[in-house]
Amino acid sequence: MPAEPAALPWRDLDAGPVLPGETSRRFLTGDWRERRPRLDLDRCVHCLLCWLYCPDTSVLVAGGRVVGIDLDYCKGCGVCAAVCPPSAAAITMVEEER
Amino acid sequence: MSTVVARRQGLTGNDAVALAWRQINPDVVAAYPITPSTQVVERFARYLADGEATTEFVPTESEHSAISACVGASAAGARVMTATSSQGLALMHEVLYIASGLRLPIVMAVATRALSAPLNIHGDHSDVMGSRDAGWVQLYAGTVQEAYDLSILAVRVAERARVPVMVCLDGFTLSHSLEPVLVYADDAVRAFVGEARTSGYRLLDGEGAGPLTVGPLALPDAYMDFRRALANAMGRALEVIAGETAAFNAHFGRDLPVHLEASGLEEADGALLLLGSTADVVREALAGRSSASGRIGVVRLLTFRPFPAEAVRQALSHVARVVVMDRADSLSTLGGPLGIEVRAALYGQAFPPAVTDVIYGLGGRELRARDLERLRALFQEEPVPGPVYLGVEDG
Ligand code: SF4
Ligand code: SF4
Repeated sequence: MPAEPAALPWRDLDAGPVLPGETSRRFLTGDWRERRPRLDLDRCVHCLLCWLYCPDTSVLVAGGRVVGIDLDYCKGCGVCAAVCPPSAAAITMVEEER
Repeated sequence: MSTVVARRQGLTGNDAVALAWRQINPDVVAAYPITPSTQVVERFARYLADGEATTEFVPTESEHSAISACVGASAAGARVMTATSSQGLALMHEVLYIASGLRLPIVMAVATRALSAPLNIHGDHSDVMGSRDAGWVQLYAGTVQEAYDLSILAVRVAERARVPVMVCLDGFTLSHSLEPVLVYADDAVRAFVGEARTSGYRLLDGEGAGPLTVGPLALPDAYMDFRRALANAMGRALEVIAGETAAFNAHFGRDLPVHLEASGLEEADGALLLLGSTADVVREALAGRSSASGRIGVVRLLTFRPFPAEAVRQALSHVARVVVMDRADSLSTLGGPLGIEVRAALYGQAFPPAVTDVIYGLGGRELRARDLERLRALFQEEPVPGPVYLGVEDG
């Protein structure tokens, strides 16, 4: 978390909080995570439910197949593990280690 | 001037607001009907149906959605209006802060009304006072004419001060009462409001400007700076209102007061201070009368947010007693919101007048002759720290 005020010149902020698009890409939110998803690609059937339900577009897909988890943005919510079909159970949530 | 004032016409407050909107012809109106502001949107929808305005009308399923649609449209650079009352304004509460925080010049008409419970559809200022710290300019009409005038003025104030504006008209007393109103020519109104000013968020503007993020996350390192800028804008809004009122008066040949209207204060010993339509009644009742307590003047604020502290101090500089009439209670035991702010504005003056705060007229309760007697008597009594409740048994 940033601790020091950026000392924004408030007199220049009369247009309100407006930024260029896609600035969220630069804001890595993965460090909020308490748990991380561990993906077992050997068990994955590539149903893409995890990709569909991930609230943060953190499930990486290439050519219609899951290829990994983008931990720069993954918040560890566990939704992917919850929606992964029990028959596959390709995702387990594990304790985050830093 | 003859071409500016087109006619004199009988209008209710709601009619007057809708007429102003038709003449302004905003880009977007998004609204959900609620008593007593319903007819603003009904009348405006009829103008649209008759082809007399080209506004995009968004009938929403709730007030929260209505103001949200206004935020989106305003962020896209549209000139935007809405109307509401009471519970509807309360339901908008969350988004009011977003509108001001994003510095969107939305104009909203509020036909003021009591809040539940118990359920009551009649006029007081509980709803608008609940929004007083939301970063919206609040202007209070004293007559139907002013409801019309302020609706036009508000557009320029909002766009130049870069903050949203509420135009408050007393529920039923003004929203539903017919008064003769000087109506300006459509051309004169259009010339006054001009083209919508780009708010800086004109998403549809500019070649290859690309996408914008409006209202992003601001962590502790940035949030406070935006709030400081908003506070500055509110301070500046006082000057903007004064300047735009002068421009309005010059353009339309009118004499709309700047921030407040003081009457009968010359040689007055005391003053009643209040907001809205009650001022006329009280002024009539007090006119020419000097009681044992001496002469009593009337100060009516048109601007409540930002608070015109300097104008209030000046208006009250020669009186010894002030009775503030609040049509809402803060339930803090210190009085109503107006009384508390008047006290704060006077605090630290060398010889401040003594202030008594009176809560009156909640839920549409009428001011009766005996209430006016009680008001006069208050000028002779020692001021009390808490509020006096007028019109209920034993105050
Ligand atoms: S834990 Fe949550 S954020 Fe992370 S990949 Fe799974 S669904 Fe997405
Ligand atoms: S939900 Fe499970 S099985 Fe389906 S794609 Fe994701 S990891 Fe693979």
